[in-house]
Amino acid sequence: MSAVTPAAIMRAHPTRRSAWRSRIVIYGLLIFFAVLYLMPLVVMVMTSLKPMSEITGGNMFELPHHLTFAPWIKAWGTTCVGLTCAGIKGYFWNSIKMVVPAVFISTMLGSLNGYVLTKWRFAGHRLVFGLMLFACFIPYQSVLIPMAVILGKLGSIGMNMQDLTGYSLGFGNPTVNLVLVHVVYGLGFTTLFFRNYYEAFPTELIKAAQIDGAGFFQIFRRIMLPSSAPIFIVTVIYQFTNIWNDFLFGSTFAAGDNAPMTVALNNVVNTSTGVIEYNVNMAAAIIAAAPTLIVYVVAGRYFVRGLMAGAVKG
Amino acid sequence: MTVSALTPVPRARVSLRQRLQNALPKLVLAPSFLLILVFVYGFISWTFLLSLTSSKAFTNFHFIGWGNYLKLWTWTFERDPPSNWYTAIVNMGLFGGIYVVFCLSIGLGLAILLDQKIRGEGVLRPIYLYPLALSFIVTGTAWKLFLNPRIGLEKAMHDLGWTSFHFDWVVNPRMMIYCVAIAAIWASAGFIMALFLAGLRGIDGEILKAAQIDGASSFQTYRRIVIPMLRPVFLSAMIILINLALKSYDLVLSVTGNNPGGAAELPSTFMYSYTFTRDQMAVGSASAIIMMMTIAAVMIPYLYSELREKSR
Repeated sequence: MSAVTPAAIMRAHPTRRSAWRSRIVIYGLLIFFAVLYLMPLVVMVMTSLKPMSEITGGNMFELPHHLTFAPWIKAWGTTCVGLTCAGIKGYFWNSIKMVVPAVFISTMLGSLNGYVLTKWRFAGHRLVFGLMLFACFIPYQSVLIPMAVILGKLGSIGMNMQDLTGYSLGFGNPTVNLVLVHVVYGLGFTTLFFRNYYEAFPTELIKAAQIDGAGFFQIFRRIMLPSSAPIFIVTVIYQFTNIWNDFLFGSTFAAGDNAPMTVALNNVVNTSTGVIEYNVNMAAAIIAAAPTLIVYVVAGRYFVRGLMAGAVKG
Repeated sequence: MTVSALTPVPRARVSLRQRLQNALPKLVLAPSFLLILVFVYGFISWTFLLSLTSSKAFTNFHFIGWGNYLKLWTWTFERDPPSNWYTAIVNMGLFGGIYVVFCLSIGLGLAILLDQKIRGEGVLRPIYLYPLALSFIVTGTAWKLFLNPRIGLEKAMHDLGWTSFHFDWVVNPRMMIYCVAIAAIWASAGFIMALFLAGLRGIDGEILKAAQIDGASSFQTYRRIVIPMLRPVFLSAMIILINLALKSYDLVLSVTGNNPGGAAELPSTFMYSYTFTRDQMAVGSASAIIMMMTIAAVMIPYLYSELREKSR
């Protein structure tokens, strides 16, 4: 921006020396907060690389004297989650199996919904969108019990089908259940994202294509999709982060070996039996955080755009 | 593209195709909308009905009227010994207040500082924002270790020679909720910073130039002009924060180690424990509906005005 910003005024003002002093204060504060922000992560990483003796005997800010990767190996492969001691690897895959279809389905539906709600408007489209939008903000506690009842019903249907045909067809499968839950409660967000994006898309192009005889899906595929890459990236990242990080649904609907990563991590960290292995706990926490953190590092710009869009600022 | 499809087609075929074509958008939207109608609005109504019943460990439809809400209402004032609901309400007020105030001030502060033509903004900004990529369980795990008096901050301060330093909040039931607040502020202040920064960057430079010519100091410019102009950002930030605070759940469990003895109870944890471990499903439903109504009271006016503004 070339216009005068508050910053420029701040700089243009009084004498050189006081300007210098204020620069130092500004940088000092910013760096102080940056350190404050990085500290927990740094401590976590260092703790995960130390043997237990150094953790209980030493200082958390000290670098590890004897670098060890044993806690990582134990966290991944052999640490106890509840009663089974096979590490967190199974739960990591549980999360992947849940996240990939849930993100895919909710994003595809969201893009179609956004397309309809902006380019194929009908009477009452605003009410429909309003109802879908509000669904983003409900406290999930208010749907937890009915969801549990319905998923229980699906489970017994699955058992009957298993008995009759030998296949449960996904009924009652905890991963399928979680995919369903995350698709349903993610739809509001994905629809919102695509609606706001397509709103700005020139409707004249759609009209022209219609005159040329292009149908609903043809226009979507040939005209909307090719220019939707940014919003797809934003939505996929947003949904991926949200679903990977979910705890409430995971802990309610997928117990034991079927739990997703966050639930397993909470079990690892908060088991009350035996000596607390802080290094293993921290290694597990970093593994649980890694996928979303990597996405953040690789595509931070899109990540932040998603957050802003999710904040209902179009 | 050429306009070539306008050649006349037999009438009946047009109307059939046209009818399908007209219905198609609605047919595409219908499954999603139906899912939301059933799984959101249907389920909320179902929960509301349950809150009027005597459901315990299982759902039943034996209606008892407003009894469960009356129970929560009496519990709201039962402070000696405190009922779980009383603790939840008090903690909600404490936690919510601290969280909103600190997030707003840290977020605005950081945004103003970052807006001073800083070298390295591209490095600093992502640092303030990365906690948003972490799950609350990871955040809570990190802070639980960091604040642990035996191996964390207190220990480190003692090693550095500050032996009188004492900080055991994370294991002290009466102070746990403040630790949840610390972790929560750390997790969301960066986001508020991003909102304010976007607001600051959107302010018209001409107005500021005028203030400068009139001899306003930078402090005055911020206090009298910039911050008042950010009022809409304040509003959205506050609504987002209140919404997040009311829903906090994961962080309470992970920071406190599954909320021992209900010390850091919030309405969300109250709902969960009454529904799924204490076999008082109807009371749990009533508390869920109260959460729902609180959030609706905050969100509906906001969303309504946002939507109306946009369609104008």
